[in-house]
Amino acid sequence: MFGDLAVLAFSAVLINNILLIQYLGNCPFLGTSKKMETATGMAMAVVFVLVLAGIITWLAERYVLVPFDLKYLRTIAFILVIAALVQFVEMFLKKSIPGLYTGLGIYLPLITTNCAVLGVCLINVGKEYNFFQMLISSFAYPVGFGLALILFAGVRERILLARTPKPFQDTAIGLVTAGMLSLTFFAFKGWV
Amino acid sequence: MAKTITQEFTKGLWAEIPPFRLVLGLCPILAITNAFENAVGMGLAVTFVLTGSNVLISAIRKIIPPKVRIVAFIVVIATFVTVVELVMQAYTYALFLKLGIYIPLIVVNCIPMGRAEAFASKNNMVRSALDGLGMGIGYTLSLMALAAFREIIATGGITLYEKPVALFGAAFEPFRFLVEAPGAFVCLGLMLGIMNILGKK
Repeated sequence: MFGDLAVLAFSAVLINNILLIQYLGNCPFLGTSKKMETATGMAMAVVFVLVLAGIITWLAERYVLVPFDLKYLRTIAFILVIAALVQFVEMFLKKSIPGLYTGLGIYLPLITTNCAVLGVCLINVGKEYNFFQMLISSFAYPVGFGLALILFAGVRERILLARTPKPFQDTAIGLVTAGMLSLTFFAFKGWV
Repeated sequence: MAKTITQEFTKGLWAEIPPFRLVLGLCPILAITNAFENAVGMGLAVTFVLTGSNVLISAIRKIIPPKVRIVAFIVVIATFVTVVELVMQAYTYALFLKLGIYIPLIVVNCIPMGRAEAFASKNNMVRSALDGLGMGIGYTLSLMALAAFREIIATGGITLYEKPVALFGAAFEPFRFLVEAPGAFVCLGLMLGIMNILGKK
């Protein structure tokens, strides 16, 4: 039981890393990775939102959508739940941690349209995880997201000092670097 | 503001071609461009959603209260995505399985949302329809270009109508790196750089 959950967590963080192997959540990945501070904030926000969203969407699927035979409304229902949650987190941060709120700026509302959040909720439901598996997966995936984001922010702060050819500056070189980072995560493939 | 109707359509094809000029909607670009056919299917699905949601949002733009507009946009987009999802499940089941989770994820693809916010909520229906169509076609073309490049170099051929066509002789060594995850990032980065060179006047 615990062995299985540990394997699930390990593979969600490293082997199937949501950002670099499953390619979800790339817009905030490129947008907030220019500074370490925003990267950390974004990572924390995603972990927080995703654990809540995972629980709520899982409950919604099991106790509302399936009993009433409304599975075809899954996409709409999930995205509405996530949108409401993000709004809540935004209000919470604005009131209690204004510094972080200004740092994240435009990217906080964008968590709603962060594919990683909806993606993990859909993975949880699609693979028919039970409650504990769902909890582990909706915690481990965003941790993997945060890990990749923070590693990448560290690399990117150095790239700013390097002399990049003009057409490749900013996003283009960022993507090529992400490819290299993805290669390192790729090496974990086959461990489990 | 003085754009002609034709320009609304053509700007999506080159001047503001979605994934390269406005760096949005990257996730599907990376994920499904490992095969040419997937790219075509995904592109058409996004085009449909984009056009539909643009027209509908433009039609109701005056009755949406500004404070809840984001949620209203999401519901409209999600509706069209559900339509696409069900249609693909019914008629192109093989493709539906291959694209998998990325079809519902069109909802959170930033492009329909971005166009709704930046364009459809401010312009009339004809212009919004053309804008959506142009952007959608531009998106499809860039998906196709990237997918064709990746598939040809990685497998030495291209799959059309589920039949593989070999383009190079037997001596060709497939470069598998390109269809795997790291190759996607590198390829897109290089393409973005090339687009920047071409776009510089």
